[in-house]
Amino acid sequence: MSRSRSDAGAGVAADPLRPSDHADSGSSAPDQPALGLIGWLRWAWRQLTSMRTALVLLLLLAIAAVPGSIFPQRSADPNGVTQWFTDNPDLAPVLDNLSLFDVYISPWFSAIYILLFISLIGCVIPRTKHHWKALRARPPRTPARLARLEDHRERVVPVRSEDAADDARLAIDLAHDQLRRAGYRVERYDDGLSVSAERGYLRETGNLLFHGALVGVLLAVGIGGGFTYTGQSVIIEGRTWVNSLLDYSSFNPGRFVDEEQLVPYSMTLEDFEVTYQPVGSNGAGQAGDFAANLTTQLAGEEPQEGVVRVNAPLELAGDRIYLMGNGYAPTLTVRDPAGEVVFSEAVPFLPQDTNMTSLGVVKIPDGLSEQLGLVGFFYPTEAPLDTGAFTSAYPALINPVVSLDVYEGDLGIDGGIPRSVYALDTGDMERLTGGDTGVDSIQLAPGDTADLPGGRGTITFEDEAGEGAQGYDESVKRYVSLSVHRDVGAPWVLAFSVLAMAGLLAGLFVPRRRMWVRATPVAGDGEGAVKLEYAGLARGEDPGLAGAVDQLAQRHGDAVAGVLRERV
Amino acid sequence: MPDATLTLDSVSVLLVWTAIAIYALAFVAYAIDLARRSASAIEEKDAASGAVRTEARELVGAAAGGSTTRARGAGAVTSGSDSVSWTQADGAKKPRLVWARLGTVLTVLGFLFHLGATVTRGIAAERVPWSNMYEFALTGTLLIIAVYLAALVRSDLRFLGSLITGLTVLLLGGATLAFYVEIVPLMDPLKSVWLVIHVFVASLATALFALAFGLSILQLMQSRRETKAKGPGFLRTLPRSEALESLAYRFTIIGFMFWTFTLIAGAIWANDAWGRYWGFDTKEVWTFVIWVLYAGYIHARATRGWRGSRSAWLSIIGFAAVLFNFTIVNMFFKGLHAYSGLS
Ligand code: HEM
Repeated sequence: MSRSRSDAGAGVAADPLRPSDHADSGSSAPDQPALGLIGWLRWAWRQLTSMRTALVLLLLLAIAAVPGSIFPQRSADPNGVTQWFTDNPDLAPVLDNLSLFDVYISPWFSAIYILLFISLIGCVIPRTKHHWKALRARPPRTPARLARLEDHRERVVPVRSEDAADDARLAIDLAHDQLRRAGYRVERYDDGLSVSAERGYLRETGNLLFHGALVGVLLAVGIGGGFTYTGQSVIIEGRTWVNSLLDYSSFNPGRFVDEEQLVPYSMTLEDFEVTYQPVGSNGAGQAGDFAANLTTQLAGEEPQEGVVRVNAPLELAGDRIYLMGNGYAPTLTVRDPAGEVVFSEAVPFLPQDTNMTSLGVVKIPDGLSEQLGLVGFFYPTEAPLDTGAFTSAYPALINPVVSLDVYEGDLGIDGGIPRSVYALDTGDMERLTGGDTGVDSIQLAPGDTADLPGGRGTITFEDEAGEGAQGYDESVKRYVSLSVHRDVGAPWVLAFSVLAMAGLLAGLFVPRRRMWVRATPVAGDGEGAVKLEYAGLARGEDPGLAGAVDQLAQRHGDAVAGVLRERV
Repeated sequence: MPDATLTLDSVSVLLVWTAIAIYALAFVAYAIDLARRSASAIEEKDAASGAVRTEARELVGAAAGGSTTRARGAGAVTSGSDSVSWTQADGAKKPRLVWARLGTVLTVLGFLFHLGATVTRGIAAERVPWSNMYEFALTGTLLIIAVYLAALVRSDLRFLGSLITGLTVLLLGGATLAFYVEIVPLMDPLKSVWLVIHVFVASLATALFALAFGLSILQLMQSRRETKAKGPGFLRTLPRSEALESLAYRFTIIGFMFWTFTLIAGAIWANDAWGRYWGFDTKEVWTFVIWVLYAGYIHARATRGWRGSRSAWLSIIGFAAVLFNFTIVNMFFKGLHAYSGLS
């Protein structure tokens, strides 16, 4: 409980300096701006750095952060934003103008936190200066009337020696030593008849450290972001990937990243491991224990083995490599009517559900009379649905099938417009199988070959397991999608966060208090006495103050009684 | 083997329901206690003869501070202020509170069953029992009760008992009905030491905020009674609103520290699991909002004109956000933290 408002005239020299509307602050600043521009500016600055403004800005920050959890954000969920635009074509542009899809970089959100941090800096700098001085100041004079303080104890010890004043001074010496041993900074006043003690400077230090570290976090995030890049890549088992812009499927550099200066290294996916919960158990088909086993090689060094797991990225040349996804990449071979191979590749199919029903596209621009596109699904364990369509019933390779439809016409890849490798634009193409064509879709198990419609050639689903393999276990290659990150700011953010946490601990839990002990000789006829007074004053929250004064009174009083008895 | 696991889990569910039933009884006992406090407080008021009045005033006067030099005997220490910082509002007589005692006994008993339920669930699942919504609720409410019981050792907070047990019955009962899922193996992203640390500390912070929430509600009621002389009678037997406030503040700052740690630990985990330490994912947003709200509360306590009822409202809003984060955000908001285990 705070008792600090009842400041009984104790010196304010060593008080922490706080904004004038701090609950514990004695002075109350005039609310009227002084005349003139300078006066007005000074008034505005005082308003901005006041506790009330800080509080209002904090609450505004909390409120302003909420819409970002209601509307999809471009940074976290770009597909969600696209979907939102499709679902609400009228409303979406309006919300977009209000930056509701980019809340955290919006002008209004930025304004709030920038003002908050200006207020913070404006508040912390003068306090730091003040605290720096206070750290070297002596504890303030003992207040004249200790009894006026809320936490106050008294005790009278009888003495039989000649000089009660001498005994009183002795008592203060004892208090001085006891308090100093308890970690107080101490100073004698009143001609040695009182001692003033203060402790808990660490509280203010912690508070300043906390607020300062928040600035550090903000700077580390802001500056670090400029040097950060993330890139996505896909590697099929057995293939090698090189760290250059060409090999990334997407790359998002910060402002100061030099894209030509990526560290040269390569990674080969040796194999990808995953386990699926067996059929019949709880969570059947649930995937786990993902591991991408890589061979990595830095330019001019020996190749090394490396593993990427979920929660355990691989560190390589200052980059961190994360496992973001995985899937199947059936190897398909297309031959022209003469039997010449015009296409033979492992094609990554994108998983659509937890049983790895996967969607894929094959584009054959050259080698046939017209460009050919194939779109279809891969089912690791094909099973019929009630509708007659197929799905995958289990994510492992038990009954793998690819089912493809053939389109002929312009693939649209010659016009220079970038096209996703996972999507086929069928606008300028003619459908040859499936749908209304009356021709069945092509269905292949590993090792199967089928004719393309109209004598256009053949397509083969290669069995990668090789001769004599049991079942389909190894029949289809897997691929992983990896994300490569470099974030030079992150360690700094962490360091400042830890500092903030340490500051918080000190700022919240170290009690800051003053203690006074005064000894007054009481003259009596023949038998003198010393009146001992103890008082404590909290600077900020201090629920333990009363207990601490009790304890001091008890310990010191007993010690004095003991010593004075010995002296007799 | 699967059979044995199944039975262990159903034992756990049985224990949960037993615990809920006992908590419900504890709630009743605590509620009766409050009702009787009202009654006795009113009786006292009616019977307040002059003698009783003066005595009470004297005691309150002694407790409220001021210098006292009554006992001037050698070596006697006189206390200028009550070392128990929260004197009772009006009454001087301390009632025996049989029903409150019964409530506490029942709460301890319920806690033991609850603990048993949580441990058996953990053993059955072969991992820490806080990996999906049902289990968060199981462990989270266990911690609320644990913090409450631990706090009882130091100070008499039994007037909070009905609120705490009531809240627990609602949360735990609701979670068991709505969120219960069978044990399934952990998803890969959850296989991390940070699951153990981050989620546990978050639950601990939640428990502390829950107690602060209860105290802030009582603080508001109490201060209304102090200024407008309105409100249920049991408030007379409770500490003054300032004392309730400082107690609420103490729980909050400990909770706030744990929440700060949760935030940092979550960011470290996110950096390992998702490749960035912060991405304004919905759950991250709400963790941040709650953190800022409680930082606001701490500031409000230090701002002139905001101490007292206004800051109490912030503590209540903060806890509402905590509950919102746990229920609505987990169930209806889309995000990476899709670990409710519900489909
Ligand atoms: C990013 C914004 C801010 C956050 C998150 C924040 C958070 C906190 C927290 C958690 C505390 C308690 C910890 C401690 O005492 O060490 C605190 C205390 C304090 N803050 Fe801030 N703060 C912010 C901005 C500000 C600003 C702008 C000011 C100045 C106007 C300010 C002034 C203070 C003061 C004076 C205290 C001490 C309160 C007391 O005496 O109990 N803070 N702040």
